[in-house]
Amino acid sequence: MEWLTPQWQANLLAMGQALVILLGAVLLGAVLTVIERRLLGLWQDRYGPNRVGPFGSLQLVADMIKIFFKEDWIPPFADRTLFVLSPAIAMASLLLSFIIIPITPGWGIADLHIGLLFFFAMAGINVYAVLFGGWASGNKYALIGAMRASAQTLSYEVFMGLALMGVVAITGSFNMREIVNAQADLWFIVPQFFGFCTFLIAGIAVTHRHPFDQPEAEQELADGYHVEYSSMKFGMFFIGEYVGMVLVSALIVTLFFGGWHGPWLPPVVWFALKTGFFLIFFILLRGSLPRPRYDRVMSFGWKVCLPLTLVNLLVTGAVVLLVPG
Amino acid sequence: MLKWLITGTWSQLRTMGLVFMHSFRKRETVNYPDEEVYLPPRYRGRIILTRDPDGEERCVACNLCAVACPVDCISLQKGEQEDGRWYPEFFRINFSRCIYCGMCEEACPTSAIQLTPDFEMSEYRRQELVYEKEDLLINGPGKDHDYHFYKVAGMAIGGKDKGRAQNEQEPKDVKTLLP
Repeated sequence: MEWLTPQWQANLLAMGQALVILLGAVLLGAVLTVIERRLLGLWQDRYGPNRVGPFGSLQLVADMIKIFFKEDWIPPFADRTLFVLSPAIAMASLLLSFIIIPITPGWGIADLHIGLLFFFAMAGINVYAVLFGGWASGNKYALIGAMRASAQTLSYEVFMGLALMGVVAITGSFNMREIVNAQADLWFIVPQFFGFCTFLIAGIAVTHRHPFDQPEAEQELADGYHVEYSSMKFGMFFIGEYVGMVLVSALIVTLFFGGWHGPWLPPVVWFALKTGFFLIFFILLRGSLPRPRYDRVMSFGWKVCLPLTLVNLLVTGAVVLLVPG
Repeated sequence: MLKWLITGTWSQLRTMGLVFMHSFRKRETVNYPDEEVYLPPRYRGRIILTRDPDGEERCVACNLCAVACPVDCISLQKGEQEDGRWYPEFFRINFSRCIYCGMCEEACPTSAIQLTPDFEMSEYRRQELVYEKEDLLINGPGKDHDYHFYKVAGMAIGGKDKGRAQNEQEPKDVKTLLP
């Protein structure tokens, strides 16, 4: 065992942590598909899936078996390479973003000093998944969905970045750990309330969740960019959406709600509780709000949220400059 | 603009609150195989053929039910017993077509065909939804306990001549003018 130097031990530990966190993220995404259906059922005065296992807990297993054994069909008119590539991008780009999230003081995959910028880069890459998927399907509905998705995501990413610049300005760092540590006394939700609001909206829009699910829009586009996908390729888009939901919730928690900080309970519990709260919030949002018209989504982004973030950033910058310390 | 933004945000938040309050409502779903469904007493389900109080088939094969049926799911053939009673040689209802409208029950002059509140009739094979007379006949009079068609009808059968039915006068002798 002489090869097990302290360096190697640290490496193995980091690898183990990475594996646990990424697997946990994917599993949480998968479990959320069932939790969402149960919760939507609860809020619509019905039950949701409750036949498989106690309280429907094994529904996930049934869904998994079903989706793995479905025919994996690639349409003959599709562009095969891009068609296969795009679900992988959808899943990978969102999963990769998890490496910047510090879960507890000791847990977290990478301690990048460009932390937040990495997330923006990955969110930018995620647009390609939708765009490729819609383009490679050779289907007009998929293409319309992809166009909507890319236009929506691009315009919302503009102010998603700007919304977080206030947090960065106050902390003076892009590093997620430093951002969390800066919130030990006061969560950034208080000084950066408008930043929080706009980031929440942008986060929903970037993950194409309700009410910003224009690209999918079952009623108009028959599922949008993944209309031609089947089996686990569809599953990857589907789980990717939920992984994105987990990611945005975790980001909101780390950036505005003090990450693992909280009294009495251990850090990981606080982190899980706060993230869970936002996951449920996302589902409630889906359960209660209708989908706005597409042009309104765009004009709301450019005419309301963007000016709001700019003003927020200006005021934050002024305060940071004027108030010493 | 600002007012629009504030009222809009408030309206959205209020919607979310209202939807969230549904967590504490009673669920509308009935867990059917586990919980029993309430059926109104006159619920129209599976069709049966009844017998009169003497235990004989009530159906006189008049075909009115088959004519009344809007989806043509009833099929039967008239036969005649030695004592003169009419009966269906076969009586067939295709329940994969039946819409449980109850028209046959309304049309039936002898209360033979009746609808019951039973609706659990699922089968794996469609052919098994075609019910023959043996499947439809029950051993009792159903809804109309005392009704006995041949005891009130004017038709002569073995053991009951013309004029012997309840409230029936003796047949007029049309060959005579005497009252």
